[in-house]
Amino acid sequence: MKTFLILGAGTAGTMMAVKMAKKLDPQEWKIIQVDQDPVHYYQPGFLFIPFGVYKPEDVKQPKRRYIPRRVEYIESEVEVIQPAANKVKLAKDGREIAYDYLVIATGSTIRPDETEGLKDGGWGKNIFDFYTYEGTVALSKFLQRWEGGRLVLSVAEMPIKCPVAPLEFLFLADWYFTKKGIRNKVDLTLATPLPGAFTKPVASAVLGDLLSRKGIHVEPDFAISDVDSVNNKVNSYDKRSLGYDLLVSIPVNMGSPLIERSDMGDDLYFVPTDKHTLQSKQWPNVWVVGDAANIPASKAGAVAHFEMEFAIENILAHMQGKEMTGKFDGHANCYIETGFGKAALIDFNYDVEPLTGKYPVPGVGPFTLLGESTINHWGKLAFRFMYWNMLMRDIPMPVSNTMSMAGKKA
Amino acid sequence: MANVLKDIKFDAEGFMEDAKAWNEEVAKAIAEREGITLSPRHWVVLNYCRKEYETKGEAPTLRNITKNTDVNTKELYELFPAGPGKLAAKVAGLKKPTGCI
Repeated sequence: MKTFLILGAGTAGTMMAVKMAKKLDPQEWKIIQVDQDPVHYYQPGFLFIPFGVYKPEDVKQPKRRYIPRRVEYIESEVEVIQPAANKVKLAKDGREIAYDYLVIATGSTIRPDETEGLKDGGWGKNIFDFYTYEGTVALSKFLQRWEGGRLVLSVAEMPIKCPVAPLEFLFLADWYFTKKGIRNKVDLTLATPLPGAFTKPVASAVLGDLLSRKGIHVEPDFAISDVDSVNNKVNSYDKRSLGYDLLVSIPVNMGSPLIERSDMGDDLYFVPTDKHTLQSKQWPNVWVVGDAANIPASKAGAVAHFEMEFAIENILAHMQGKEMTGKFDGHANCYIETGFGKAALIDFNYDVEPLTGKYPVPGVGPFTLLGESTINHWGKLAFRFMYWNMLMRDIPMPVSNTMSMAGKKA
Repeated sequence: MANVLKDIKFDAEGFMEDAKAWNEEVAKAIAEREGITLSPRHWVVLNYCRKEYETKGEAPTLRNITKNTDVNTKELYELFPAGPGKLAAKVAGLKKPTGCI
């Protein structure tokens, strides 16, 4: 009996388990999956909680509910991966698991301790994150009582999970404070280390224009040096200083501390991974999926979804000693919630940046690319249902895993 | 000084197209064009960038520089004020660092 081991049971790890349970012969393969946290969060929903669009209970399910019965599921922290010895050590009962194949799906995590002063006095009082369940729920409580002032959204360092989330947060904030009747008492500022609103030129121009039309100020090239939570100021290395009444922080994103402990990561503890095959660059029987990989694609569930087919095709080919033909193109797409019941959509890959145009989806679309529309907003909200009931259950979605130029204005 | 750069090809943003055409004189000339006078501390950064480029084929990230040299982020910004990631790569004759997605 051979062992197929999956570390992590979030978006990518669960998809891997569900698909491999159908592919691997149970007479030949045992599938083991390990995760330390019993709760599966629908992370795109974190964005909506501060504004009361989603309630906290809308974004939680037990992880075990989505894990196929044939998988041996272990709830434990992993102490260390020893890839040279093909084994991992669990914290629980000191158990060791020897594997033939390993899939790393341990995600990314925020590290507020990486920025000087961020976790000092103001954290949880007038400084919040919305990348964790606890953070976003605390922020929603704060916003219910807030009467206005200067809201600064600060992005510490790239890459971050879901690079459009900071923009969506500000668009929704603009809508939320307008609806509350206090928009005239709120200053909205985006402090970003990027030279503009987004990482790619066309989208950056379109989204930058949208920010300015909504009266949201952008402070570009803002490399945060420290937070002074006594005087409520966030400072940059080039000596700029922004005063805030509410600081919404997207702290440094890093790979799992497990990757750090196992000495398998780059400077940010993401695992060096081949961007087309999803195979570890160093260990031929190790694959890396989802946010844990250092591939130059967005850290987002859509990317995990699109890459999965290729990762699995390659794993199966590798097991049979065949050539790996699965070639992920970096396909990403995401709805960008723009407030007032509308959303935009972007669709791109390693080589093609997000463009304007229409995105055809059989039976539902077309969705407007890089322009606001109501149907995009419903697409975004409908996605929560699709996530729990289709994506996590391996029911095919009407969207291609590779990017297509159909409908795009090149 | 400007003469040193006469035969060197740059892209639209001023990054050298061929990292092999780089030498110390070229670095000094590019730095001057960017308003920087190179000190020994600049060279700690530049030499590290070149070393990384030679082994990995691309310019290192800021985090990588501060982790592997004794130059911290604050000093990096003092040495290369208008954005050390891009500026250090530019003076080191390397391509613009691949941005994040």
